[in-house]
Amino acid sequence: MELLYGLITGVLFGFLLQKGRVLRYDKQLGALRLKDMTIMKFMLSHIAVAMVGVYCLYDLGLVKLALKPTLLGGVVIGGLIFGIGWGLLGYCPGTSLGAVGEGRLDALWGILGMLVGAGLYAEAFPYLKTTVLTWGDYGKITIPQVLGVNHWVVILPFLVLTILFFRWLEKRDL
Amino acid sequence: MQDKSGWNPYAAGALSGLVSIGSVYFVGKYLGASTTFVKTTGMIEQMFSPERVAQMPYFIKEIPAIDWQWMFVFGIAIGAFFAAITSGSFRLQTTPDMWAAHFGLEGKSRAKIAFIGGIIAMFGARLADGCPSGHGLSGCLQLSVSGYIALACFFVGGLFSANWLYKGGGR
Repeated sequence: MELLYGLITGVLFGFLLQKGRVLRYDKQLGALRLKDMTIMKFMLSHIAVAMVGVYCLYDLGLVKLALKPTLLGGVVIGGLIFGIGWGLLGYCPGTSLGAVGEGRLDALWGILGMLVGAGLYAEAFPYLKTTVLTWGDYGKITIPQVLGVNHWVVILPFLVLTILFFRWLEKRDL
Repeated sequence: MQDKSGWNPYAAGALSGLVSIGSVYFVGKYLGASTTFVKTTGMIEQMFSPERVAQMPYFIKEIPAIDWQWMFVFGIAIGAFFAAITSGSFRLQTTPDMWAAHFGLEGKSRAKIAFIGGIIAMFGARLADGCPSGHGLSGCLQLSVSGYIALACFFVGGLFSANWLYKGGGR
């Protein structure tokens, strides 16, 4: 049953990614070359809507959070490495499958590369686990926790800033 | 660069946010994609040397099997195919437009860079424990500190390599 939910969620998400035109290499590179912020608009709209919805449900006790630990060694170094690869590939792990779905065959090479990359990581994991993955572990923390405030104190300014940022993007025609 | 056939990215993004809420509410699952590549590689390696895979710590942590996220990632391809076909925007292409304008239509060099980029990207994503969906969307929407740091690092790395690749302007 869980598998079926996964498939349905993926189909809906893939449909919207394609409609929003965020699957394309040109859009991803457009963002990284600061020429076309379509993917930023899509991502921030997703984050803003889901943030409000998930935290409302959280306050009602209907959902749980699933945080990833803030492990600076892994997140910063891994994040930068991912970014370098992303700029070359022009697709991210999720959008690469969607790009194939809309006929972008170069994404297949990226998928193949990512499978190899996953294999290499599995080989390196025992070493990384005792080195990089021990540096700067702050555990599962959220911004409101760090600031010591209720989450809505962070969410409301986040929404205001997001809208101001969108207006700025539209004014500059990005 | 404007593509009139697409939907407004704010609207598509907001609707996808509702999909995210639904997934968390009904199944308790936050969107993510990169673990699926680990599981797939694990399943492929299992075909050749099951004993070895069974002993590797990373495949003990991320058991190579089809799970919720695997189906989600697979579904993205189907959903995108359906959206592209029904709107007439499906196009078989081996070199993206921006790439072709700068480096030409030849597919081999694009394939090479995409392959190498893929290796680097996935290694980094696993080290960071997430990609733009797991950290960028799911992490940030939960206000996780790790999500914002990861997203910033993704963009810094990407700004660096994309601008290096296209150095000298281009079109």
